[in-house]
Amino acid sequence: MLTLEFVPYSEIAGLSSIGRIRKLLNLAKEDKIVIVQGRLRKEEEAELIKATMEEINKDFKGIELAVIYPEDSEQNGFFSSIKSKLVNALVGDAQGLTVIGPASVVKEIKKDPHKIQIYTSRRRSKRRKK
Amino acid sequence: MAFSLKLFLRKLFSNLFKKKKHIKLGLYGPPNGGKTTIANRICQDWLGEEMGKVSNVEHETREIQVKEEVNMKSGNKELSFNLVDTPGIATRIDYENFIKSGLKEKEAKSRAKEATKGVIEAIKWLDNMDAVIVVLDSTKDPYTQVNLTIIGNLQARDIPLLIVANKIDLKKSNVERVKSAFPQYKVLGISAKRGDNIEEMYEELFNLV
Repeated sequence: MLTLEFVPYSEIAGLSSIGRIRKLLNLAKEDKIVIVQGRLRKEEEAELIKATMEEINKDFKGIELAVIYPEDSEQNGFFSSIKSKLVNALVGDAQGLTVIGPASVVKEIKKDPHKIQIYTSRRRSKRRKK
Repeated sequence: MAFSLKLFLRKLFSNLFKKKKHIKLGLYGPPNGGKTTIANRICQDWLGEEMGKVSNVEHETREIQVKEEVNMKSGNKELSFNLVDTPGIATRIDYENFIKSGLKEKEAKSRAKEATKGVIEAIKWLDNMDAVIVVLDSTKDPYTQVNLTIIGNLQARDIPLLIVANKIDLKKSNVERVKSAFPQYKVLGISAKRGDNIEEMYEELFNLV
């Protein structure tokens, strides 16, 4: 069974960078496709990749990651751009969507760049017997 | 008083015109984009020796490789840098893919473990770079999150970058698609293997650093 979990921005807004990364990575490690309202900071995306690499083992093969962001918000005027950068730096960015899926479930995420297509694996990885 | 002023002015001018020593020029990108092939091309052209081993199996470069004191000259322009070849950045590493590429299980597992460490090192080294060549495979989809994360992180750190769309010698190459994905950056189509547009890449490096 494929599980999608939606994480509203309010759930990660108050967390530290490490807290956000840990929360999202833990959900992905539970074999869930996580759809997050908003996006991580660029530095946090890099940290998420680093944290993912540290966790890779025979059961967890990593993640697929994609961010979709409204184009016009990046191409607004000078003052809007400064304002949005300031807000992003202070409280993060609630615009757009971030999709994180475990590599065992998500084969590929394609961006077009205005839409995201998630291709799931036909065969799920076997769960370990307890 | 006069001495202090003289010292101050000398320090100010020497700082203004001092050439930064040991500039680090990094090669970043996803696995199998051709970073080491470009590093080898640069080292062959300017040092007469190769830098690293290349392979069709992903994650051949699993440790940071540094070639010190690469000196490039073009007319009266001169550029001296330490070239840093980094492991390809990925969000997933599965040893079974290495087995499919012909490696034995033990070797594949060890390669996967080393590759994860390599990705971590490559990300850590981002802070040390003075300029970066982002190496993308022009036959592949440029809109991947790894590409966007690498470029976004360089931008956030104010590190100047040049995007090279490599492998233009291949039929499936589509440099225009790479250009349309990153319209705010200079994108240069090259073939590191065949040597196409390498002179142009060197010219761009002079402008970049």
